[in-house]
Amino acid sequence: MTKLGQWLCGLALLGSAWAALALAPPGLRLPAPYRQALLPLPVYLLVAFGCYSLATVGYRLATFNDCEEAAAELQEHIRAARADLRRQGLRF
Amino acid sequence: MAAGGADKFSVLLPTYNERENLPLVVWLLARTFQESGNNFEIIIIDDGSPDGTQEVAEQLEKIYGSDKIVMREIISVLFSSGTAYIHGMKHATGNFIVIMDADLSHHVSLHFIKQKEGNFDIVSGTRYKGNGGVYGWDLKRKLISRGANFITQVLLRPGASDLTGSFRLYRKEVLQKLMEKCVSKGYVFQMEMIVRARQLGYTIGEVPISFVDRVYGESKLGGNEIVSFLKGLLTLFATT
Repeated sequence: MTKLGQWLCGLALLGSAWAALALAPPGLRLPAPYRQALLPLPVYLLVAFGCYSLATVGYRLATFNDCEEAAAELQEHIRAARADLRRQGLRF
Repeated sequence: MAAGGADKFSVLLPTYNERENLPLVVWLLARTFQESGNNFEIIIIDDGSPDGTQEVAEQLEKIYGSDKIVMREIISVLFSSGTAYIHGMKHATGNFIVIMDADLSHHVSLHFIKQKEGNFDIVSGTRYKGNGGVYGWDLKRKLISRGANFITQVLLRPGASDLTGSFRLYRKEVLQKLMEKCVSKGYVFQMEMIVRARQLGYTIGEVPISFVDRVYGESKLGGNEIVSFLKGLLTLFATT
């Protein structure tokens, strides 16, 4: 199954479970407080996911390594390379 | 028959206008391989560069020997990584293929040692884990990179931390198999390779790499990548 397929299945499952419990038909009725809590659940979850996303990306952005050493090392390598290659006859 | 079944590494370098960088990359690669005692060859696939890249490649061939430097030219208007790799692989005699950028953004390192540790089918360089990272990126670029990667992780759950990186080591037969199956271009092509590899059950190891922003030369990246990246991502999401 494709990822899209998995998402659609998952959403269909959760969606129908939510609809069954929150928008309850008389046979399945939960006590009123439960139904009231369940009703806005999708929106809460969406907002929670949004917050999680922001926090995660923010954290990863803050901890994104700056490779100072690698850059310095590269400059050194370049100098050595140019010198060596010139010696071996390369015309730049 | 290869003596003792020793490993040989074929490095594929697609180039376009890399006259300045190419000798340096080749020198670094040659030195790294020679220091580690590994058998290697470097295959340069040039897209008809007008700046004399091929002429420099020919000089390098004289210096290092034509068993070590192989130059192949393709002239195509729509040069993509995929085309370059296909051409390059035809001439590769190694049993491991290394793909990387020829513009010195990939800091040459002993990527392949990791392969030995875990006998992986693919070793992927990652900028996001361990002491991997970048140099010369402003906040905006980092944000876009992390943001795009986050969306990719959520949608594709690929099991690898850096999907758009292009510094990788593949077993030759694994790369051939993946090339047959992959259809995208550019960044998305690199992502598709990893996703397909997962599907086919190949093992993927990760090695932290440093991505150092352009030392010489103009960056070839244009402006519309974000849109084409998202389009590609959604295509992968819907088809894999």
